[in-house]
Amino acid sequence: MSDYTPIIGLEIHVELKTRSKMFCQCPADHFAKKPNTQTCPVCLGLPGALPVPNKKAVDWAILLGLALNCKVSHESKFDRKNYFYPDLPKGYQISQYDQPLSTDGYLNIDGKRFKIHRVHLEEDTGKLLHVGTDTLIDFNRSGVPLVEIVTEPDFHDSEDVKRFLEELHTIVRYLGISDADMEKGSMRLEPNISVSLNINELPNYKVEVKNINSFRYVRNAIDFEVKRQIELLEKSEKPKQETRGYDEKKQTTYSQRSKEEAQDYRYFPEPDIPPMVFKEEYINKIKSNLPELPSAKLNRYVEKFNLKKQDAYTLSRDINVANKFETVLKIQVSDNIKPADIANVILNKKDRSSLTVEEIKEEVKKRKQPIHTDEKILALIIDQTLKSNPKVVEDYKKGRENAIMFLVGIVMREMKGRADAKLVIDKLKSRIEKLNAKS
Amino acid sequence: MKLLGKSLLELKKLLEDKEISNKELRDYFLKRVRKYNPALNSLITVSSEKAHPTGVPLAIKDNFCTKGIRTTASSKVLDNFIPPYESTVTQRLLNHGLSILGKTNLDAWAHGSSTETSDYGPTKNPWDLSRVPGGSSGGSAAAVSAYISPAAIGSETAGSIRGPAAWCGVVGLKPTYSRVSRYGVIAMGSSLDCPGPLTQNIEDAAYLLGIIAGKDLYDATTSSLPAQNYLKELNLKNKLTIGVTDEYFEGVDAETKRMVDKSIAIFKKNGHKIKKIKLLSPQYAISVYTIIQRAEVSSNLGRYDGIRYGNARNYFADEAKRRVMLGTYTLSYGYYDAYYKKAQKVRTLIIEDFKNVFKDVDVIVAPTMPTSAFRLGEFEKYPFFGELMDVLAEPGAVSGIPAISIPIGLDAKNLPVGLQIMGNYFNEQTILSLAYQFEKETNYFGVIKKGFANYKD
Repeated sequence: MSDYTPIIGLEIHVELKTRSKMFCQCPADHFAKKPNTQTCPVCLGLPGALPVPNKKAVDWAILLGLALNCKVSHESKFDRKNYFYPDLPKGYQISQYDQPLSTDGYLNIDGKRFKIHRVHLEEDTGKLLHVGTDTLIDFNRSGVPLVEIVTEPDFHDSEDVKRFLEELHTIVRYLGISDADMEKGSMRLEPNISVSLNINELPNYKVEVKNINSFRYVRNAIDFEVKRQIELLEKSEKPKQETRGYDEKKQTTYSQRSKEEAQDYRYFPEPDIPPMVFKEEYINKIKSNLPELPSAKLNRYVEKFNLKKQDAYTLSRDINVANKFETVLKIQVSDNIKPADIANVILNKKDRSSLTVEEIKEEVKKRKQPIHTDEKILALIIDQTLKSNPKVVEDYKKGRENAIMFLVGIVMREMKGRADAKLVIDKLKSRIEKLNAKS
Repeated sequence: MKLLGKSLLELKKLLEDKEISNKELRDYFLKRVRKYNPALNSLITVSSEKAHPTGVPLAIKDNFCTKGIRTTASSKVLDNFIPPYESTVTQRLLNHGLSILGKTNLDAWAHGSSTETSDYGPTKNPWDLSRVPGGSSGGSAAAVSAYISPAAIGSETAGSIRGPAAWCGVVGLKPTYSRVSRYGVIAMGSSLDCPGPLTQNIEDAAYLLGIIAGKDLYDATTSSLPAQNYLKELNLKNKLTIGVTDEYFEGVDAETKRMVDKSIAIFKKNGHKIKKIKLLSPQYAISVYTIIQRAEVSSNLGRYDGIRYGNARNYFADEAKRRVMLGTYTLSYGYYDAYYKKAQKVRTLIIEDFKNVFKDVDVIVAPTMPTSAFRLGEFEKYPFFGELMDVLAEPGAVSGIPAISIPIGLDAKNLPVGLQIMGNYFNEQTILSLAYQFEKETNYFGVIKKGFANYKD
């Protein structure tokens, strides 16, 4: 059973948060809006209406391609993908077929490289709402720009998939091109899963799992699928080529529709949109807008600022948090402040995103101020502590240096933190020595 | 006042000078609609006076979306469709103070060359009611020919303006592809569709083109080259080199040929140089056109899935079904390269062919149609008969160059014959100006006037 290797490829759809839709001037922000209030002849696919591409959406899709180390195509075009579904008002989706905006990229995760097959731009469909026995259509989402990222089937481990998706999610947010909110459906994940006895050989079937709205669920869905498929193969049954859904309560997948017959989308170049030509300078201009990406930031934090890798990772996950960290770093709050001090202030806060630069600054300053210690009270507390912890004192005397730190902790707690730690250690040690001399 | 035969620009002036009122003018044409439309079936919808009370009324082909006015593309699938928006072409006409008299009949979805495939019945040729007007803009051509409307707007995919203009004895201009916005025109062959005017003279055609041409933010394929004041520059300043090619006379009826030759002699007399040229046989354009247009049709008609617009898919008539099936086949997996892709390659060759020829000549003249108008029912007997009739228009359509058809007389059957002048890309001015000079010289041998005389007030 363990001889089987999972072979997993990913299709990820990301809705861009441009102001207007992909091919018309309707607002692209459709979430929780009254149905069919953000529509026009174009996104309703009315007779005679024509698409005019959104330049910003094209630029952003290229930007994402660059962030994923893709080659940007100098010539690209839109194509029609013809199929019938009630949420698709034109009878075709404007997508990209054989000349996507960018191809052949990769993302490195923990030393492993996962290849990106292509990044292309298309339009979202409307939404079907099932109410009782009726099905209603809301076209507010129709025509919202959608980037599709397709990976190579390079994944063999569900944990790698999860890490990859987390990284991709962070990158998309870094670029500021999408909220990538899975609850709202602005980032959609579709793993294609199969298992094989030979890692270098693609099996002649694959199972696509849809409707997954968290990275953890992707991992669970893959684990479930891999097990299910291996069980079938062990019984000499070939898993069906199909689309399955994910049931997050039962943590299982279920069959949605069979894909035994490949659907023929009759792709052909969209005659309503002239082909796009991108000159090198144009691509370079977009490239110059590329921010430092999370992995580069993480490495810099570790190498330049000596942060712990875990801390650097946490800080670099959210670009707003990272930006605040770097802003405070530049301010030079006071002397002797290490990057780690600023990092700690941020990391200690639960709600990092609402933390302001000013708050971080103040907190760092406060922590760095020499603490005035009330030595009279300290002496009393030390005596009390030593008295009530004779065993620990004995341990220390026997040479267990760590024991002193336990005592420091108690004293500091009693002093409510209003004592200089170094002073507390010194005083503790000298007091024990004094008592020792007496006895 | 006697209005019969007044041109669009003349009527406009009468309105501006308050010689007639908007109501008088509209009532005049409504009266003619009532009198002659039942026999001709040129208009299939008359717009309400409330919607368009002022301006010279025009007849608009029923594949242009007109806000608040039923738009069917002559298909019962759209029997109840009232567009909530205005096409760019009609919007620009309205912006210029013109109005919409009504919507004209066409072959359903503009699929055809005779206007017989309309779900609202065929339009009759005003010169002979037993004959077809040509198509697909047959309703528009007949409306102008019988003076039901002073001018009309049509659309051409391959011959749909020029063909009916020739057979009804009026002027029909197909501009360069991308010169005029397609926004709001019910799509047929998206890479070919081209709106244009049908008129009784060149001035009206130049005037209308000046209004409807130019960049449109709602159509990404429109050219950003600015439109010209075509009307102002109608007088030809220099002598032209006119190309004539044998390929465009093959299979052309002898009488038509003779009449075209006579017209060429007039161009020569006016000092233009006639030059023999060689072009690819128009036969190639038929194949290219058939594949590309069917493919685009199969995709464009997908939206009429029965969920919206009232009527279900079984309302599609045979011609649309045939085209959808052929187009679906050629786009299918495994066939795409053999058909669609190959057709696009040949299309590029046809474009190159024209570009080369236009290095040597300013315009090309040829017959518009191989014969004069056919009798009703004749098209139905032969599949692709329409394509064969449009053979002389298809190279121009496939390549996207501008062309104009003008009347050059009546044949022995007392039916109009047309000559077409094809020009280089975006050079509508030259073909209009040459046609204008011809009009001044010949007055189209009285064809237009004779046409009106058959339809007295």
